[in-house]
Amino acid sequence: MPGPTRGFLGRRRERDTRLPPGQYDAGREWPVLTAEPTPRISPETWSITVDGRVETPTTWSWDEAHRLPRSEYRGAIHCVTTWSKFDTWFAGVSVDTLLEAARPTPDAHFVMATSKTGYTTNLPLEDVTGGKAWVVWEYDGGPLPVEHGGPVRLLVPHLYFWKSAKWVSRLTLMQRDQPGFWEQNGYHDRGDPWREQRYQGD
Amino acid sequence: MTELPAGPRAPSGGWRTATVAGVRHPLEGAVELRLDVHDRVDHLPGQHYVVRLTAPDGYTAQRSYSVASAPGDPLVELFVERLEDGEVSTFLADVVEPGDELEVRGPIGGWFVWEGECPALLVGGGTGVVPFVAMLRTARALGRTDLLRVAAATRTLAGLPYADELVDAGALVVSSREAHGIRPAGRLTAADLVPLWEPEQTAYVCGSESFAEAASQLLVGMGVPAPDIRVERFGPSG
Repeated sequence: MPGPTRGFLGRRRERDTRLPPGQYDAGREWPVLTAEPTPRISPETWSITVDGRVETPTTWSWDEAHRLPRSEYRGAIHCVTTWSKFDTWFAGVSVDTLLEAARPTPDAHFVMATSKTGYTTNLPLEDVTGGKAWVVWEYDGGPLPVEHGGPVRLLVPHLYFWKSAKWVSRLTLMQRDQPGFWEQNGYHDRGDPWREQRYQGD
Repeated sequence: MTELPAGPRAPSGGWRTATVAGVRHPLEGAVELRLDVHDRVDHLPGQHYVVRLTAPDGYTAQRSYSVASAPGDPLVELFVERLEDGEVSTFLADVVEPGDELEVRGPIGGWFVWEGECPALLVGGGTGVVPFVAMLRTARALGRTDLLRVAAATRTLAGLPYADELVDAGALVVSSREAHGIRPAGRLTAADLVPLWEPEQTAYVCGSESFAEAASQLLVGMGVPAPDIRVERFGPSG
């Protein structure tokens, strides 16, 4: 590690232990960072499909997805651009519930999440199972705003937020890992904020 | 549905030490830093660098800034808007002097880059013009300024980063608070962009969240295919 930067003290601070290294608390702000124009997707035309290495490829419409058991997440989210946001509240369905229906085959080890915009991001299967990932349509008790991925986004809050694909419409189970959009564009393959896995090579 | 394509195979560099070679304050509330990056990996225009500051107790803060210089420039030029409550930008604007050493990482980003070969429409708001300055400088070095069309939105010309350079390059400047030639004061509209648009262009939009959203929706409304629009949104990271 290099030495201190001349003249830099940083903010006088009580370091919040919920804050991963290199992150700051965005407070009430929720910055919007997307690489493509915001799409306008009506709930009637949205659906979520789980396919690839599964026994029963399955698609749920908006209404069908809402009839699945409701699941919530309350806690922090962390963006690779260094903001974190505490005490968020999302609701939708657990990815576990979708996978129980589609039934991954034994050789499924990775997932590619795809958005309506064509955005993709890859995840190890173990990062979206065991109560760690959701497909969500509610934020703070209201509909998920379109700029934050509404009507429906993926939520994988223990990884940097580019893994939580906005406008998600497909989860494809894969035998082998493949890089998604940002993963092909210089960002880390896994993106664990506690290990500061921001860019390739971290 | 088409998959969002990966950008070109853009270069990427790890952590480096940079010596500050020049500090200028061309506008109020902004600083231009010229950095001699040791053992540098040359960037493509549109890429950014991370600057990381370390306090004596080990506390660090890092932020990303677009590069304004062309790859052929021996120095890396960053243009930083000073955010009043920003932890990093206030330090860079108020404290940094020539001769200081900064820890930087770059180049980063493989999507919002221009390789100097394809026609492009560049739409920037405020400091969102910075990556486009790098593209214009690169185009000049390549003798391919014919490939680029630029629209820059600002409140006033005096508050626009690199205003003279943009005007000299033929950029359309749209000011919300003052008229330019026959164009009255007002926000960017589709009528401003239609004359600049050609079907084979890739569109690049850069600026604040609200500007990037508005400008990219203008392009979508003009019929520009969404996959041909690349957006870089500035978060409020100070």
